[in-house]
Amino acid sequence: MQPYTKHESIAALMNRSNVDTDQIIPKQFLKKVERSGFGQHLFHDWRFNDDGSDNADFELNKPVFKGAKILVVGDNFGCGSSREHAPWAIADYGFNTIISTSYADIFYNNCFKNGILAIIVSQAQLDALMAEIAANEGVKFTVDLENRTVTTPAGNSFTFEIDPFRQGNLLSGLDDIGLTLKHVDKIDAYEVKHKQSYPWLWA
Amino acid sequence: MKKTMYEKIWDSHLVVDVEGQAPLIYVDRHLMHEVTSPQAFEGLKISGRKVRNPHSILATMDHCVPTKNRDLPIADLIARKQIETMADNCKENGLNLYDMKSPNNGVIHVVVPEHGFVHPGMVVVCGDSHTATHGAFGALAFGIGTSEVEHVMATQTLPQKKSKTMLVQVNGDLSKYCSAKDIALAIIGKIGTAGGTGYVIEYAGDAIKALSMEGRMTLCNMAIEAGARAGLVAPDEKTYAYLNGKEFAPKGAMWEQALAYWNSLPSDAGAEFDAVITLDAADIAPQVSWGTSPEQVVGVNANVPAPDSFDNDGKRKACESALAYMGLTPNMPITDIKIDYVFIGSCTNGRIEDFRSAAEVAKGTKVANGVTAIVVPGSYHVKEQAEKEGLDKIFIDAGWEWREPGCSMCLAMNGDELSKGQRCASTSNRNFEGRQGKGGRTHLVSPAMAAAAAAAGHFVDIRNL
Repeated sequence: MQPYTKHESIAALMNRSNVDTDQIIPKQFLKKVERSGFGQHLFHDWRFNDDGSDNADFELNKPVFKGAKILVVGDNFGCGSSREHAPWAIADYGFNTIISTSYADIFYNNCFKNGILAIIVSQAQLDALMAEIAANEGVKFTVDLENRTVTTPAGNSFTFEIDPFRQGNLLSGLDDIGLTLKHVDKIDAYEVKHKQSYPWLWA
Repeated sequence: MKKTMYEKIWDSHLVVDVEGQAPLIYVDRHLMHEVTSPQAFEGLKISGRKVRNPHSILATMDHCVPTKNRDLPIADLIARKQIETMADNCKENGLNLYDMKSPNNGVIHVVVPEHGFVHPGMVVVCGDSHTATHGAFGALAFGIGTSEVEHVMATQTLPQKKSKTMLVQVNGDLSKYCSAKDIALAIIGKIGTAGGTGYVIEYAGDAIKALSMEGRMTLCNMAIEAGARAGLVAPDEKTYAYLNGKEFAPKGAMWEQALAYWNSLPSDAGAEFDAVITLDAADIAPQVSWGTSPEQVVGVNANVPAPDSFDNDGKRKACESALAYMGLTPNMPITDIKIDYVFIGSCTNGRIEDFRSAAEVAKGTKVANGVTAIVVPGSYHVKEQAEKEGLDKIFIDAGWEWREPGCSMCLAMNGDELSKGQRCASTSNRNFEGRQGKGGRTHLVSPAMAAAAAAAGHFVDIRNL
């Protein structure tokens, strides 16, 4: 996983609530056995017309959002299926940061496993960020994970909360499994106890 | 200290809890299907790691499998590769797989209980959000992403944040025309699809106790549609009777030992929950979703809402766009909505009881002109049982298609799908845009409501039949 560093980037606006993972990556693209190449299918059913051409009405097709690394979206983003193909598609498309008031639980976890910083802001903060983008499309925000800040040209600057464990892993690009396996002796000891307490699970 | 069932399971599964790190919890059972596992096996191989406890895993093939012409090779080459990859991965790692040809094959969340693989008090995960189903047994069961699938294979643990607890109390008696599906939809209609975010829900009350194990599975299955991490029902005599004698259930003296443990699991009287929601079962009518989110749902006797009936801006906007997508007019009666397709099946409603209740309504009827109606059993065992009871004949005589098991039109990955603009009465769990095919329109209902709609060609209030 790439370490997450402080960056300034175009912030793309998608003012929709309850965007589900079926929209982020429709099921017809879940048959691949690789992790890569999902970005081309991100938001497929909204992004493309029936003939395969770009849907000019879809927010992210606006040329001004090209190259954006920050996605600003409505509440309960990523609800529905557990498919990690959703964050794979988001990361592969080029986003490394999402800003919203809330995320679905599994999706939120999946983001951090894939180097995506999912920032939770208040409704007032989100409204201000959305208004700033709407008034000045192509505006660039600065995200500093180490200091947990978002800074914008219009002065919508604030500090966000994040679990220190997630923050640390994202900053260092650390592999979760490697970290857990440092505790392998404790897992071994737990299993010994587990076999004694619940022998029927091991019969 | 008085503990909830969730807290008891959490505490007994805590492996590591140190400052500055997410707590690590132990995973007893790991369920698998072909869609969310290949990249996890690949990751394991690249890092030179092994599956820690192969016996903790049960795998099936369900999402991509065809529900007809099963003898022919899968026409979709990418799907075929995914199926073959699953078989190779399971073989290489010595995992128990119910492949497409196995008599045990079916939808993972239908198959697993059939074999008694999940018991009360376990921690159960699967790369599938509907893992919540197994909470029906009093197990902490939740969906995970593919990176976490790899993590569990390598370490048998997961870093987890402890959830808050929510008690959903459903009092009183449910109408005989309603089912667990209607309770599940009514709850989501009340608290919303993000209402349970950050929580594990425990369902309790007379109406829950009265549900069969199948009904409890349907209810817990849709805990995720309320945004919850998991759903739980306290184990009781029904749970034990269901498990007793199943292949992976404890036997003999071990059964007695397990039973003593299971009886200690229900929440202590007076244990505190972070949130409590109460519903009266008698107020629940047969539910029909009208929009593109499971929270957009009403009783069948109601009308499609108008955007201005919502006092919140976001919900008003969501209503507008849902009505546009669904091709519905504000204030039209739900019973005036005409359908083109009916799907009975899925991990939500693909069990024997679901087919019995649908067959009771379908018996002696004919599928309405212009409507396609399909029945997809949740597993080969469900199919076999239904055929033994003659349910297949009832459906076939009424003009339904009787298919092979799989996820089928619940998520339309296997070729069973709606075409643009087609409208479906579906017993599945999600009515998202395009879920059953691009441009397809999904209405979530119970099996009995689906069967009634098939015969009438539109939704009907089964209480008036």
